[in-house]
Amino acid sequence: MLAFIIKRFVQSLVVMLVVGLIAFVMFRFVGDPVDQMVGLETSIEDRERLREALGLNAPLPMQYWNFISSAAQGDFGTSYQFKRPVAVMLGDRLSATLELALVSAIFALCAGIPMGVFTALYKDSVLTKLFQAVSLVGISLPTFLIGILLIYVFSVQLQWLPSFGRGEVVDIAGWSTGLLTSSGLKALILPAITLGLFQMTLIMRLVRSEMMEILRSDFIKFARARGLTPRAVHFGHALKNTMIPVITITGLQLGSIIAFAIITETVFQWPGIGLMFLQAVQDVDVPIMAAYLLMIAFLFVFINLIVDILYVVVDPRIHIEKA
Amino acid sequence: MPMNKETGKKMSLIVRILDSDIWYSFTRSKVTMIAALITFLIFASALFAPIISPHNPFDLASLSLMDSLLPPAWSAEGDPNYLLGTDDQGRDVLSTILYGSRISLTVGLVSVAFAAVLGITLGLIAGYMGGRVDAIIMRIADVQLSFPAILIALLIAGTVNALAGGMDRERSAFTVLVISIGLSFWVQYARTVRSSTLVERNKEYVQAARLIGLHPFLIMLRHVLPNVMGPVLVIATINLALAVITEATLSFLGVGIPGTQPSLGTMIRTGNDFLFSGEWWITLFPGAMLAILVLAVNLLGDWLRDALNPKLR
Amino acid sequence: MSDTLLSVKNLVVEFPTRRGILTAVDNVSFDLERGEVLGLVGESGAGKSITGSAVIGLIEPPGRIAAGTVHLAGQRIDNLPSEKMRRIRGDKIGMVFQDPLSSLNPLYSVAEQLVETILTHKGISKKQARDRAIELLDEVGIPAADLRIDDYPHQFSGGMRQRVVIALALCADPELIIADEPTTALDVSVQSQIVSVLKKMCSEHGASVILITHDIGVIAEVADRVAVLYSGRMAEIGPVRDVIKHPQHPYTKGLMGSIPTITQEGDRLTQIPGSMPRLTDRPPGCAFAPRCEMAMSACHHSHPSEENVGTARVACHLITKMGAVA
Repeated sequence: MLAFIIKRFVQSLVVMLVVGLIAFVMFRFVGDPVDQMVGLETSIEDRERLREALGLNAPLPMQYWNFISSAAQGDFGTSYQFKRPVAVMLGDRLSATLELALVSAIFALCAGIPMGVFTALYKDSVLTKLFQAVSLVGISLPTFLIGILLIYVFSVQLQWLPSFGRGEVVDIAGWSTGLLTSSGLKALILPAITLGLFQMTLIMRLVRSEMMEILRSDFIKFARARGLTPRAVHFGHALKNTMIPVITITGLQLGSIIAFAIITETVFQWPGIGLMFLQAVQDVDVPIMAAYLLMIAFLFVFINLIVDILYVVVDPRIHIEKA
Repeated sequence: MPMNKETGKKMSLIVRILDSDIWYSFTRSKVTMIAALITFLIFASALFAPIISPHNPFDLASLSLMDSLLPPAWSAEGDPNYLLGTDDQGRDVLSTILYGSRISLTVGLVSVAFAAVLGITLGLIAGYMGGRVDAIIMRIADVQLSFPAILIALLIAGTVNALAGGMDRERSAFTVLVISIGLSFWVQYARTVRSSTLVERNKEYVQAARLIGLHPFLIMLRHVLPNVMGPVLVIATINLALAVITEATLSFLGVGIPGTQPSLGTMIRTGNDFLFSGEWWITLFPGAMLAILVLAVNLLGDWLRDALNPKLR
Repeated sequence: MSDTLLSVKNLVVEFPTRRGILTAVDNVSFDLERGEVLGLVGESGAGKSITGSAVIGLIEPPGRIAAGTVHLAGQRIDNLPSEKMRRIRGDKIGMVFQDPLSSLNPLYSVAEQLVETILTHKGISKKQARDRAIELLDEVGIPAADLRIDDYPHQFSGGMRQRVVIALALCADPELIIADEPTTALDVSVQSQIVSVLKKMCSEHGASVILITHDIGVIAEVADRVAVLYSGRMAEIGPVRDVIKHPQHPYTKGLMGSIPTITQEGDRLTQIPGSMPRLTDRPPGCAFAPRCEMAMSACHHSHPSEENVGTARVACHLITKMGAVA
């Protein structure tokens, strides 16, 4: 078990180093960092001094090492555009994105799993057809279009919910949250649905196909032959086995929710890191782009690690194979 | 009567198609047939956009700001000349949609083709060479697969745009899009082809080909390709829908096709600014077109996957 | 009064397919006495397993019982509502499947699966159920049952797992066990062990057995009577000794002739030419006629009815004809 976790941890570290290399190459070679930082009127001597101060004259592997180690300490450099430390800018906006992502993930899971189970069990029900239609639309409508439609219906036409921003936020120990104010909660509804709908569809389809596969398996047939109640067969034996792939995929999806937040945040002008990243892409603000990339990669890797550990907890077979 | 051999062959092919399980499942599924019809219509209208569209939205001379922001023809202030209304620059929305879907589909098809060629090649190399080459390619694939395609496309598009710097956005946009979408979708092809190649690699005919001096790589290409045609086709169909969505999303986010020759995504981006002032048609018509196109292609892809993989039914 | 436990009459099981309705089991009838072991033999696709599934009420839709009746201890069970039928499964009828590797849920320990099943059918406490589970595991020959009960299925070998499966099938004391190819997936070395465990357990618990297999050797060893199915139809049914020593139906004769343990030393093994027809294009007459060396014209036109010949019941025109002559 411990060996397994250590192995996974080392693998994660390698992935982080590779992503770090990409971020570093971007930072170093997409435009000249010095040119980006200073105005046109700066003298060549001043530039050279800055270059030396930034360590840009050191050998490349050395530069990479400096880049990685300072990133590991939370120093992502200074934004070209805003002249502020990137780490501080990210910190200001991280809570908005994480709250949005978390609420959408919960929505996706709480709606997706029951819908998937239902559609697998009652293949010919009218509700199943409805769910499947919804899922097809969920997969076919691009996220931004869903957002626009929701805004048009609930903000423009019905005027029930706000179309942009985060509402009022409360600061709790440096973490700004919109979950505690009514305007904050109201503002969260549409973005969370927009962001979660696609994931919900994925989870529903996954649960459905896994469940159908498992319902055909011998041990389900045997469980039925022993006269276990449909409840025990479906929600005990079948669902538990279904959950193994669902855990994996959901874990991975959590990462992509954060990435997809770029789109949702743009549509709803949600003040998170995705919106900041998009602006950085348009302005070629490389330090922000690199920092965002590293942070997303870190979240991905971290979540993957958790998923792997969760896996071991759920599936007894893994203990033996790894021990 | 001696039957012409060629006709006989053709006849038997048609008979084989009509008797196949795929054709059967196609005719059994009304939804699939409708999806196929819609896909065909959209492709045809995109192809013939210059002929069938009532106006040329790119002909700046014919545009008049007097005609801007007209609602659809059936509403009170509508102009029968502009069936689906006009946008802020006075372009006919219907014509712009036809031209826009032409651009969206072209980007989609070319980037899917690019991704397929790249993925098949890399998969074949990985499967054939094995060892370190295989490990490196598949490791990259693993890492890339854990990131959503849209993020990768966004990063690539952003980076390339930055590198291209002063280059003409209008001309580079198409290439940048194709490269970024193509690069973010190659993994699935590579995995499929690699596993099939691993199976074929040790078969006798590959050894035999080597003995007679043929390059085994070419031989494998000829033998592996037919084996993976089914899955590749399924992946490509579903990827086409994804590529169209990705293009639209990138354009919507402002890193895709610029506004002068808009794709569907660009149109939605432009129209979004007018949504609050009540000019819904600029956004919602291209949005509907995009949704229908993607839905139809997705339905076809789903059906194809099920038809080629009876286990899933 | 005969002590009939199970009575299957004119059972027909159909599966609608794209190319028409497929009759997997066609007009099959048999009885089973209490305590009796009935072997059900035939090639794969002959309808053995489907007959078993029909008895326990687990035909996969869209398949269905199209005609006929199944009575268990005098109660008709083929048309019961699903909840009533569920209560019979496990409690009155138990089933053992072919592959012990896939029959057990990998995520539940053996104890959990046993206790769950016992509690479903018996109104006893969890503690009692666990004690009973340990007892059962001990009976089926799992060493140190009280220690191993909390292990997961993957921690057992194939033979041990099949013992667990037998314990699971018997844990609510059913009157009938349907064993569907219980040894096919196992190593040859453990096959006979499992057969004897099954036989011992069933006789100790007073359960009758329908043993589905294509292994005549197993049938000869443990069954009291044997039913030979061919292409979904009953070819011959009778006491094991008689059917093996004096098979009446040409198909049964061919079947027995192809088995080394039954043929006399020095005899050549025979084989039946051709293969069983697909269920979708069964010939109009006797399904075996195209492969039968003794087929007459009647065999190709009409399906033979079942006739009693001594202790056996046989469906063959030759028998009917001889009966008419005699």
